[in-house]
Amino acid sequence: MEKRVVFRHRSLPWLLLAPQLAITLVFFFWPAGQALWQSFRLEDPFGLSSRFAGLDNFADLFANADYLGSFRTTLWFSALVAFGGLAISLLLAVMADRVVRGAGIYKTLLIWPYAVAAAVAGVLWLFLFSPSIGILAVYMAQLGFDWNPRLDGNDAMALVVFASIWKQVSYNFLFFLAGLQSIPRSLIEAAAIDGAGPVRRFATIVFPLLSPTTFFLLVINFIYAFFDTFAVIDVVTQGGPGHATDILVYKVYNAGFKGLDLGSSAAQSVILMLIVIGLTALQFRYVDRKVNY
Amino acid sequence: MAFSLFRATALAALLTSAGTAQAATDVTFWHSMEGPLGERVAKLAQDFNASQSDYVVHAVYKGNYGESMNAGIAAFRAGNAPDILQVFEVGTATMMYAKGAIKPVQALSETVGDPIDPSAFLGAVAGYYSAPDGKLVSMPFNSSTPVLYYNKDAFKKAGLDPEAPPKTWPEVAEAAKKLRAAGMECGYSSAWPSWVLLENFAAWHNVPYASKDNGFGGLDARLQLDSPLFRKHLGFLADMAKAGTFTYGGRGDAGNALFTSGKCGMYTGSSGMRASIIKTGGFAFGTSTLPYYPDVQGAPQNSIIGGASLWVFSGKSEATYKGVIKFFKFLSNPEQAAAWHQGTGYVPVTKAGYQATKESGFYEKNPGTEIAVKQLDANTTANSRGIRLGYLPQIRDIEDSTMEQIFAGKTSPEDGLKKMSTEGNALLERFEKSVQ
Repeated sequence: MEKRVVFRHRSLPWLLLAPQLAITLVFFFWPAGQALWQSFRLEDPFGLSSRFAGLDNFADLFANADYLGSFRTTLWFSALVAFGGLAISLLLAVMADRVVRGAGIYKTLLIWPYAVAAAVAGVLWLFLFSPSIGILAVYMAQLGFDWNPRLDGNDAMALVVFASIWKQVSYNFLFFLAGLQSIPRSLIEAAAIDGAGPVRRFATIVFPLLSPTTFFLLVINFIYAFFDTFAVIDVVTQGGPGHATDILVYKVYNAGFKGLDLGSSAAQSVILMLIVIGLTALQFRYVDRKVNY
Repeated sequence: MAFSLFRATALAALLTSAGTAQAATDVTFWHSMEGPLGERVAKLAQDFNASQSDYVVHAVYKGNYGESMNAGIAAFRAGNAPDILQVFEVGTATMMYAKGAIKPVQALSETVGDPIDPSAFLGAVAGYYSAPDGKLVSMPFNSSTPVLYYNKDAFKKAGLDPEAPPKTWPEVAEAAKKLRAAGMECGYSSAWPSWVLLENFAAWHNVPYASKDNGFGGLDARLQLDSPLFRKHLGFLADMAKAGTFTYGGRGDAGNALFTSGKCGMYTGSSGMRASIIKTGGFAFGTSTLPYYPDVQGAPQNSIIGGASLWVFSGKSEATYKGVIKFFKFLSNPEQAAAWHQGTGYVPVTKAGYQATKESGFYEKNPGTEIAVKQLDANTTANSRGIRLGYLPQIRDIEDSTMEQIFAGKTSPEDGLKKMSTEGNALLERFEKSVQ
């Protein structure tokens, strides 16, 4: 005999969903719709004159070599932040998982950077690595390392990547640690009895079993790198030197809030939205297959 | 009976409150002055409020220049703009072309019967904020201009005369070489690269920065950076960068730190930096005029200003406008203008304020403080009135990023200037379309 619970109430599920739906509509769909609307218009900052511009905003963007270059910069930056961040966090999580004494202290300390605002993280890194003034930059100069993020694009990229990773490591670390702790000890112990060393155990048991977490974090980190890093860029490099760190989301911010060019800013954010939707879909389509749940 | 008594009291209360509202009109003033400057602005509003009883000015700090301008625009779009908004100089064109949103200050002062006289202001200051017909569109408030600062201690160490700062670019390069040879980490650097090395450079040498009188003559102005003198200048700086005598200090005010930390022997920065250098520098320093090329005829002309001015929003009551103008007049009276100048390092925006400071002996006691005023106190030309271009913050971004490529040796000055012009002009075309 099967027992089934059936809800006869038709409106109750909707009522229960309503708050979440309302928030999604007001804070996500409405602004996104506005951005879409704005992206087809050319308007002065005050909204005194506004006219339909068709695809002009998009055409202007794609006619600009710097904008096209920004795609490559963004992909490069995001890949570095996402993969670099995941690798470091995974290493830290595996290490922290093995620590017996004082594990709580390590874990707490590793989670701290998450409480730091992105702009503050940027300022910290800027202070440490500002050429000829930053504490670490001075040591680097003494060691003969030619460090100048003001003019060298690679140095600047390294700086913003590290700052962005540092900020996100805690988040990744938490998820990895939880993932590691949910792996059955018996599996690992059985492998150990069979003679598998720590590296082998990690490669054949831990990492595959961790794949749902890794996949989730990969998506989250890409979105983080695409959207949430502009404060770091703004504080540390403002997109420079040249356009070495001029990522798409910073260009959106720059056009909208510094340049007051609403049409272009909206068009850029629509493009960015499409890219992230596409990337996420791709990740679900291909990477998801390799994930063992 | 009790009922009507109640009504009578209510009516009386209503009348009284209406009475007090009439007695003092509120004027809201959004500004971007932080730290000690913010305290000074609060004091100015307080003093004004104490000086009369008809108007109460509420000075509110709304974040940095970019933030407060965004806040002002957002408030206008939502229908509750402040009465006065402080806007940085690069936002001038955006504000000016927002025709229905703002009230041109001089015309407004004439309407309320309390006219403001533009000739009371320093030429380069009034010019920057005037319409082509010479009438002020906004109220000059805090204005600065770039000057050359040099480290006297470092000059002594390098065998240079600390009382004879370099006047021309070749002399700057020469001095920078000696400073480097004496062990300084950096010879010459600059804050605000696009403002100092391009905008001010053009005015100082009396060459056009953009067509149509740098944009004063109309919206169809386009950049004229691709010209021999700019090529020469950026080539000169790129050579200095290669030789290690010029250190690029970063965008915006990032270059200040190179000088205040004592690493750099010379740097061009805002006259408003003086107090900060005294406070954090810990070395003897001197101030001098911006360098120029001696073979350019008509140089040096005058430098142009940075800083901000005060804009009045439209759609306010007659009483509010009277209060606004009264407050502006209070700000520009010689005493206030002189005190503001002496306390902040900004230039006195009025001639009378300059005169009052001169007579007080301030310049003898504080050598170097007069340089900025002298650089601005000239009859401006079409090339030196200022820059009136839309999307100027983004144009500066383009210039800064391209200069970074030039100084890193990745782009030649010729190609870089062409790139700046092409990209900047694309933005100017957009701006022209957006406000029509």
